[in-house]
Amino acid sequence: MSFFQVLAEAFRAMGMNRLRTALTMLGMIIGVGAVVLMLAIGQGAQSKINASIASMGSNLFIVVPGSTSSSGVRFGFGNAQTLTVADANALGEVPSVATAAPVVLGQFQLVAGNNNWRTTVFGVTAAYFTLRSWDLETGDMFGDEELRTFARVAVIGQTIAANLFPDEDPLGKTIRIRNSPYTVVGMLTKKGQSLDGRDQDDGVFVPLPTARQQLMRSSFPGSVNMIMAQARTAAQMPEAEFEMAQLLRIRHRLREGQEDDFSLRNMTAIAETAAVAARAMSLMLGAIASISLLVGGIGIMNIMLVSVTERTREIGIRMALGARKRDILLQFLTEAVVQSVFGGALGVALGVGGGWAVAQLAEMPVEVTAMSIVVAFGFAAAIGIFFGFYPARKAALLRPVEALRYE
Amino acid sequence: MSAAALIDVAGITKDYVTPGGVDVPVLHGIDLAIRRGEFVAIMGQSGSGKSTLMNILGCLDSPTAGRYVLTGNDVSALRDGQLAAVRNKTIGFVFQGFNLLKRMTALDNVALPLAYAGVSKREARRRARAQLERIGLGEFAGRLPNQLSGGQQQRVAIARALVMEPALVLADEPTGNLDTQTSNEIIDIFVKLNREQHMTVILVTHEPDIAARADRLVRLKDGVITYDGPAATGPSGARA
Repeated sequence: MSFFQVLAEAFRAMGMNRLRTALTMLGMIIGVGAVVLMLAIGQGAQSKINASIASMGSNLFIVVPGSTSSSGVRFGFGNAQTLTVADANALGEVPSVATAAPVVLGQFQLVAGNNNWRTTVFGVTAAYFTLRSWDLETGDMFGDEELRTFARVAVIGQTIAANLFPDEDPLGKTIRIRNSPYTVVGMLTKKGQSLDGRDQDDGVFVPLPTARQQLMRSSFPGSVNMIMAQARTAAQMPEAEFEMAQLLRIRHRLREGQEDDFSLRNMTAIAETAAVAARAMSLMLGAIASISLLVGGIGIMNIMLVSVTERTREIGIRMALGARKRDILLQFLTEAVVQSVFGGALGVALGVGGGWAVAQLAEMPVEVTAMSIVVAFGFAAAIGIFFGFYPARKAALLRPVEALRYE
Repeated sequence: MSAAALIDVAGITKDYVTPGGVDVPVLHGIDLAIRRGEFVAIMGQSGSGKSTLMNILGCLDSPTAGRYVLTGNDVSALRDGQLAAVRNKTIGFVFQGFNLLKRMTALDNVALPLAYAGVSKREARRRARAQLERIGLGEFAGRLPNQLSGGQQQRVAIARALVMEPALVLADEPTGNLDTQTSNEIIDIFVKLNREQHMTVILVTHEPDIAARADRLVRLKDGVITYDGPAATGPSGARA
């Protein structure tokens, strides 16, 4: 019997009992739909995290001062004022390091006209923006000239622009920080959320010397809150980490066995942890959805077993007319596979539609990938073969006499 | 091949093993030779083993012991796949309950053996239609079995049995479900097939009237042949 004849037989058999066929397929539809949808949600979360990681800057280290202790009370990281601009410059000279940028920061109330807003003000050099691959949307960056002259200029994030200058162009406007006026010279492009959920566009950037002198009013000469450093390549990350730590220990005159007075964090490693977590979630969602796919497969097996029993006599007639075991096996297997494949196709449609609905209603990032469709569909076909095989084999192994005698 | 050797059965026995593991002998050594072109009726009460013998002759079941040579080939030694091919090409079955596939049209039912023989769909339909027309059912080709009368259904089944041009037609109580007049019409078809086309026909029946229309009668009782001779003669014949 040709493949098309077998296929036509399968459709005829399925058409005989439409409700049952539809219910059997429903199992596969829900299973495949769930897999496609869950993978899409997982993929969406992963993409969001990847975007956050990309917005952070690549091959990134953050150095913060170590903890201080006073009479046995330890104050945690960042409290000591051990990092300096000179440290940053020295780290920038390490061969495996591309750039090192010193940063000071503090929370301040901003005022512009009738609006005010509390945010983090960063004192940075131009290197900071290079390192974070952050470009200007409009205006100009401050340069060496502004750093040297303690200029009161500011580059602002888009959230600041939206809150302080809702309906106007912020360029050239004045923001008052600690009662001093700062002229807005530039606005940065949108970065979105960071890995820890902060809005990265909610920040104001002023020249480092200006910030140190006029905003933080730091007494410790040259101290900074943190240093961001970027390795030249991803492969050089471990090397850079080691060399920077050694250099800082020498510069801070730490003796052998003495604890680091700084903390060096590999941001890429942290980002990778987040990415791994997202992948794990994605995988878990997929695994849970696969269970429904499995249940759908068992549904097919169940119905096929019933169908084989009901059609025992038909099988006997076919055998009497010359059907080989192979013919019977193929006939029932084809029925199972056709149902699972059609169910799978409708399931893909359901998953894609459901993904769209979730994206619209829950405002979650949902990303249906071709891969997930192929995987779910392939699984559907495989499940059809797997769960269809046992009933089909049962049919094929019937003895003609007994099958013919079956009432 | 000589006309003498269409079916040659020697010392066939058949035991059934009950689910409890008890051997129940059904056939005790059957010897039977049927020549090409013969019309043989097999009679016997229920439990006589006639159905079992039919199943073995039809290659639907295999004997426990003994030799069965069909068209010169020892079929008792064949594997399942080869038996399927024998059923397909050499034997045409007609059953008491018609055994048409109910969701298929008369035409598709008749074409089914051709499909299993690997004949293309188009050619199978052409030959099936020709066979239906020969049996006088050309206009019912598109009907489903439940849209046909019992006699018509059995004629479709006969067309299906003949479509592969088998060497042998096995009819298992083909008139059991039919009224007398229709029964006669069906038997007429077998007689005509035998007389005009020299088709070998083996027919199992309860009814002496029907058995009497065959050339030869084989009577079974308790798994042995008790009579093998002309159908219509003598007190030990069909009417005994």
